[in-house]
Amino acid sequence: MARMATTRRVAISTAAAWLFGFLIFFPILWMGLASFKTELEAFAIPPSFLFFHWTTENYATVQERSDYLHHAMNSIIIAGGSTLIALLIAIPAAWSMAFSPTKRTKDILLWMLSTKMMPPVGVLVPIYLIYKTFGLLDSRIGLVLILCLGNLPIVIWMLFTYFKEIPRDILEAARMDGATIGRELVYVLTPMAIPGLASTLLLNLILAWNEAFWTLNLSTSSAAPLTTFIASYSSPEGLFWAKLSAASTLAIAPILVLGWFSQKQLVRGLTFGAVK
Amino acid sequence: MGQITLQGVQKSFGPVHIIKGADLDIADGSFVVFVGPSGCGKTTLLRLIAGLEDVSGGKILIDGKNVVDTPPAKRGLSMVFQSYALYPHMSVRGNIGFGLKMAGLPKGEINRKVEAAAATLNLTPYLDRKPRELSGGQRQRVAIGRAIVREPKAFLFDEPLSNLDAALRVQMRIEVTRLQKQLGTTAIYVTHDQVEAMTMADKIVVLNGGKIEQYGSPLELYERPANLFVAGFIGSPKMNFVTGELALQRGAATIGVRPEHLKIERDGAGGWQGTISVAEHLGSDTFLYVDAGPLGMLTARYIGELSLHAGDRVSLVPDPQRIHRFDDGGNALRG
Ligand SMILES: Nc1ncnc2c1ncn2[C@@H]1O[C@H](COP(=O)(O)OP(=O)(O)OP(=O)(O)O)[C@@H](O)[C@H]1O
Ligand SMILES: [Mg+2]
Repeated sequence: MARMATTRRVAISTAAAWLFGFLIFFPILWMGLASFKTELEAFAIPPSFLFFHWTTENYATVQERSDYLHHAMNSIIIAGGSTLIALLIAIPAAWSMAFSPTKRTKDILLWMLSTKMMPPVGVLVPIYLIYKTFGLLDSRIGLVLILCLGNLPIVIWMLFTYFKEIPRDILEAARMDGATIGRELVYVLTPMAIPGLASTLLLNLILAWNEAFWTLNLSTSSAAPLTTFIASYSSPEGLFWAKLSAASTLAIAPILVLGWFSQKQLVRGLTFGAVK
Repeated sequence: MGQITLQGVQKSFGPVHIIKGADLDIADGSFVVFVGPSGCGKTTLLRLIAGLEDVSGGKILIDGKNVVDTPPAKRGLSMVFQSYALYPHMSVRGNIGFGLKMAGLPKGEINRKVEAAAATLNLTPYLDRKPRELSGGQRQRVAIGRAIVREPKAFLFDEPLSNLDAALRVQMRIEVTRLQKQLGTTAIYVTHDQVEAMTMADKIVVLNGGKIEQYGSPLELYERPANLFVAGFIGSPKMNFVTGELALQRGAATIGVRPEHLKIERDGAGGWQGTISVAEHLGSDTFLYVDAGPLGMLTARYIGELSLHAGDRVSLVPDPQRIHRFDDGGNALRG
């Protein structure tokens, strides 16, 4: 009896999980499908799900009209650059807060997180003016800088929780074994922190890749990443659903592939170290 | 060599004094056990000796040299942690050899020493496993292997057996004692298990509230406890304490008699009269918990089986040679 009840419960929750997953995935699927339709079929009512005239002409048009590779390159530089710099700053910061906390450490952590609660649009004008004065508008450096600063609190928080999980005893054992701080770092801490570092890196890459507010507002063409590239398809010329879909599919493809291959790390990252 | 001396060692965490001036002389090659109730500062004292905490006052001498400003790595001690603290990403070989690698020994020599240590501890078949693939007892042995391979001046153990089951504890207890005698290395061992303390130690340090209550051999502590605390802490079941008229007659504020030093008489007229409230029959021993009216509850131990039961009246006669007397400050009175 009990066992039957559990199997049924497992079946129901499995079905629910699939249904929920499908619901979440559906817009992406629909976008992918629409990118292979003609503009007319793309907003036909009733919509056709699979039986339409499959075409790749949208992709050709998109590549012709705007330089995908240029924008993709910008995205890679901006997401990668901001993530690397954020990690370089965050590792020592999280480190010292996890291993030699002071009375104010908790406050600093909270304060950092509180900066993420402010709507970015609130500081758009001052930042825009600063960027204008320093000639950072539409520059890769400018975007790397703003995304790095924007994500820094999250990166520090994540690393802090990972470092906190490393038992102090093990570090003390290394000290008793005669390891200097440098060697403790290389032989003991880093290998133990790698899973946490990896998931932080991945999550931050994705956040930076998808970031739209600052990239749209602070760049126009030469530094514009893929977000600007997508946005250019919902322009005053009118909405081109099929082409917009093709552009979006192209824009998210790299990150989707990355996400697929790093699922495990990501799940660990998203649970913020709560699950071992 | 591994001669350790503490001189007025103090430790405070913020405003709280945890160790209130400890003086101790630990002879080279001896096995010293720190015992005391939870929170009395055993771990803190051990960590001060290890150098994992800085002293707030006093001196720690290792072989005559003050080491209070020496980092842990340079003190030449090795420590076995309660949690084992093995490096999870290294094999058993890597774990045991890590200290030697840090000391810059050549690979061949490291391997030779690691394999010798593993052989002593029956770990040879597991050398290439990761800690998570070992049982608790095996992990414990790896932690001990890591400590012995460096041939330190002294071993520091912090409740190393407390995560093991009862049978394994006894076995490891014997193994650790044998190993220490064989190596002749000084050992300081923290536990709150009395049996471990009594069986393993050459000398026991009884700590209470950050103070050393008594330092002596197990039998000294059993036979001549310095004060009420040690008298009550060492020995199981606990010593019986009696105050009032009976104590005054003997010129003391409190007198104490161990359960095994009370002679049990079925219907004697002398001694301390009472009614058995619980009788425990273990076959090898019989424990009686006797309600002795104004004297309170008394515990008596009989070696062997004694056919007495709850409700029976008995009289308990203390062995006059074995009555401990304490003044009203709790200190033992001698003579
Ligand atoms: N880092 C610290 N900061 C503040 N107080 C501490 C710190 N470490 C220990 N203490 C306090 O010092 C006291 C002694 O702790 P310690 O760990 O030495 O006890 P113990 O005798 O080892 O106890 P147990 O048998 O439970 O392990 C405790 O009251 C503890 O709360
Ligand atoms: Mg302790």
